[in-house]
Parts: sequence; structure tokens; C-alpha cells
Amino acid sequence: MSALLELRDVEARYGPVQALRGVSIDVPEGAVVAVLGANGAGKTTTLRAVSGTVRRSGEILLAGKPLRGGPEAAAKAGVAHVPEGRGTFTELSVVENLRLGAYTRRERSVKADIERMADHFPWISDRGEQRAGTLSGGEQQMLALARALMSRPRLLMLDEPSLGLAPLIVREIFRIVRELNEKEGLTVLVVEQDARIALNAAATAYVLEVGKVAVSGSSAELRDDEAVRRSYLGY
Amino acid sequence: MTVFFQQVVSGLAAGGVYGALALALVLIHRATGVINFAQGEMATFSTYILWTLTANHGVSYWPAFAVTMLVSFVGGIGIHQAVIRPVERGSQIRVVIVTIGLLLLLNGLMTFIWTGEIRAVDSPFPGGTLDVHGVVISYRDIGTIAVCLGAVVVLWAFFQFTKVGLALRAAAVNPAEARLVGIRVTWMLGLGWGLAAVLGATAGVLTAPSVFLDPNMMQTVLIYAFAAAVLGGIDSPIGAVVGGLILGVGLNLLGAYVDFVSELRLPAALLVILVVLLLRPAGLFGTPQVKKV
Repeated sequence: MSALLELRDVEARYGPVQALRGVSIDVPEGAVVAVLGANGAGKTTTLRAVSGTVRRSGEILLAGKPLRGGPEAAAKAGVAHVPEGRGTFTELSVVENLRLGAYTRRERSVKADIERMADHFPWISDRGEQRAGTLSGGEQQMLALARALMSRPRLLMLDEPSLGLAPLIVREIFRIVRELNEKEGLTVLVVEQDARIALNAAATAYVLEVGKVAVSGSSAELRDDEAVRRSYLGY
Repeated sequence: MTVFFQQVVSGLAAGGVYGALALALVLIHRATGVINFAQGEMATFSTYILWTLTANHGVSYWPAFAVTMLVSFVGGIGIHQAVIRPVERGSQIRVVIVTIGLLLLLNGLMTFIWTGEIRAVDSPFPGGTLDVHGVVISYRDIGTIAVCLGAVVVLWAFFQFTKVGLALRAAAVNPAEARLVGIRVTWMLGLGWGLAAVLGATAGVLTAPSVFLDPNMMQTVLIYAFAAAVLGGIDSPIGAVVGGLILGVGLNLLGAYVDFVSELRLPAALLVILVVLLLRPAGLFGTPQVKKV
């Protein structure tokens, strides 16, 4: 498998604080890859570096072509970034959120795709006019996911999809992600603090520590790794 | 009762103008987060363009109107690009000061180009009146109300039903998120300034026939528009229009029935601003701001 996304020695900083100190990650086409780590390890910044929402240096290649410029350029290149804490337009309706997800595409097939989203998330069809801000936390996370899928992304990036959600809803979200990956070959890069969930969903994973990759390998290997188990799985 | 309806109708015409200018203020407030103090001078400048075309170059009214709107639209985008964008990322007070600077600049520029002499601007509507059960309505008032409401409806449809309109709303409510879905937020904010300039221009050319054109023409109208926007809710487009109509009708009725108010219209508008800000800062249609700490 060739890598869809390659990060080579990526560095990023917020003012004086260096968040990434040379991170290299490969995301193969059609794979689910997880990034694990403690708070402040640089997980979110890794995704932000890819989508161009933080100043970064080093090389980031999408299908061999360097990603440059801001998030508009990344979106156009096919990167769909679901940021931490429910990436929705809370003041706009559910359908408007979905339409915005398809902003980089032509208008014609958008309607069909909204119906496709309603297959994954049946509640969408009844509540298209509802304001996103009035949805429950789980529904907002699902809407954020659906909105990202509306762009028909080459790469889906999820930032802490489990944050603050009930286990049942988290399982549902990961089930849909896995289904899209298996049936449609969607490539996913997911950042998770809950290592157990992430290792279940992903084939390979990277563990970040203070802005560097500390360990990486297949999910099975990491699950057996003594240090990873103690620090992130807690048994 | 006839007097009452008479005052209501002429109040609606004035209110439509306040509403259009208030809507321009709301558009810019939503896009840039500040009150555009130069909105009135921008509108007056546009009106001068119309006057130059019609009075000096013999262009007939509606083609001149179309050119004026086009120039205003481009001018609004240009102002955003040239003077607002460079300070947009800083504190809001910087943007406010820039708009005040713009007010002075445009005012001086108008005096320089067109002198301070007052000019008569034609109304596009016939001068006659319509008699509806004793209530005399001028065609000019009907035209003014129609143009203001027309502009508001077109704008509403643009925001509600077009992709660009939706993108503009998204850019205004959540710029960071908007960039993630691929919207060029700066372009959208520029577009917002362009649309606001067009609305302001509409208010300007509708005001000019009844008050004469001079560089300060829109300054009092802008105060009424402030009051209308505050009354309706500074973030609510519908609120701006409704606030404008309420203010127009209310001030007219007060002027007709309470002797001393006709001289106190402006203080009455300021009183409205004060009372609304004290009792209901979000206005009639605005959503109260909830700040998370």
C-alpha cells in the first residue's frame, strides 16, 4: 500500500511553545491510523498541521503532492478535518451544515449525498431544519462527521470523537467510521485519548510524547507493548 | 383616524430607509464585529455618484441607479480590502477607529469633489398622491417602501437559498470552521461589505429627494439607523428592518400627536438606544450573548 498522507519531520509552534518536534507519520491509502498520547503531547496539533490551521514546517504530502497554505487549500485537496469539540455551525440548521460540508464540490450531487447521510444517521431526515446548536452532544458529533463526509474526502481526520460522549454513542460513531472504511475504502486519521477504542478501530497507531513519536506499530503490537499498556490502557 | 394612518404610512417610508441602513450596519457587524461609523458617508458618496450621472451626464434614472449600485458594491469590497482587512485581526477598537477615520476621509473627499453646496436629487417616482379612504399616500412613499422591502427580500433570499449566501453566513458565525470546509473567509467578509454598501446606497438615494444632497446628508439618518439596529438587535437582520419600521412610524406618530417631539426626534432616537441597551441589550430579535468563562 502506498501512503496517502506522509508527514516528514513536521514541526509546529504556538508562539514560543513548540508543540511538534519533528513528527513523521505514514497513513496508507484505505487505512485507519490512530494517534495516541497524553494531554499536550501534540495529537491535536498533528491534525492541525495537516489541515494548515497552525504554522508548521517540514514536509506534508497528500498523495505525493505537498499540502501548502491554509485550511481552505487542504479542504480543496480533499482533507476533511473534524476538530475537537464538535465541529458544527451551531447557529445554522442541520441541512445547512451538510450543504456547507459539500462547499468544495459542485452543487448537483449534494442532495443525493444528504440522503446518503440520512442512511447512516436516520435522525437527520426528520430534523434537517433544526439548529445544530440544539442537538445533543452525540448528535452534534455525528453531524460533524456527516458534514466532513459530505465533502467526499480523500482523508478524514477525527479529533477526539469520544470526548464527553456516552460509550454507546462512541461505539456507534466508530462503527460507522469502520463501515465507511471497509465498504468505501475511506482513509482515516483519528486522534484519541481513549487508547482502547482507538486501537480497536485502527490498524496502526502512533504514540506521541511531548511533540515526538515515541512508539509506533500495528495496533496488536502496541496492545502488547508493556509501556503503552501501562501508560495508556491502564492494566 | 385619517391623520393616524397618514402618519403611519409616511412613517413606514422613513422607517424603510432607516431599516435599509440599519441592515447595512447589521451585515457589517456580523462580518467584522464592529459598528461601521462610515456607513452614512458611504451612502452619501453613492448618492453623489447618482447625482453626477443624472444631473451632469444626462443619464436617465434607472441606468444611473444600476451603475451607482455596482460602483457602491465594488467600493464596499475595496474599502474592506484596503483599510479594514489590515486591522481586522487586531482589537476591535482599531477597526472602529478606522471606520471613524473613513467617515472623516469620505466627508472631506465629498466636499473636495462636489463642494458643500446642496443639490436637488430627483425622485424616480411620480409626484402624485393616492387617495385611499381619505388617507393621502404619495407615490414617492409607496416607491420608497417598495424599494426598501424589495432590497431586503432579495437579500434574504440570497442568504437563504444560495450557496454563496450560506457560505457568507457560515463565515460570519464561525470563521475558523468555515475555513475548514474550504470557504475563503476574507472574500466572504469583503462580499458582506459590498452588500452593505449597496444597501446604504439604496437608503441614500431614497433619502436625497426629500432632504437635498450635501456631504452631511446621512449623518442624522445614521443615528436613526443605529437606534433601529439596537432596537431590533444588532445581530439580527430581521430585527434591523422591523426596528427601522417601528422607529419610523413611532417617531412620526409622536411628532404628530405630541407637540414638542417634532423638534426632539433625534434625542428621542437616542433615548431609544439608551433604554434598549439598559433593559434588553440584545434587542427585540437578537440572541443574548452568553460568554463562557
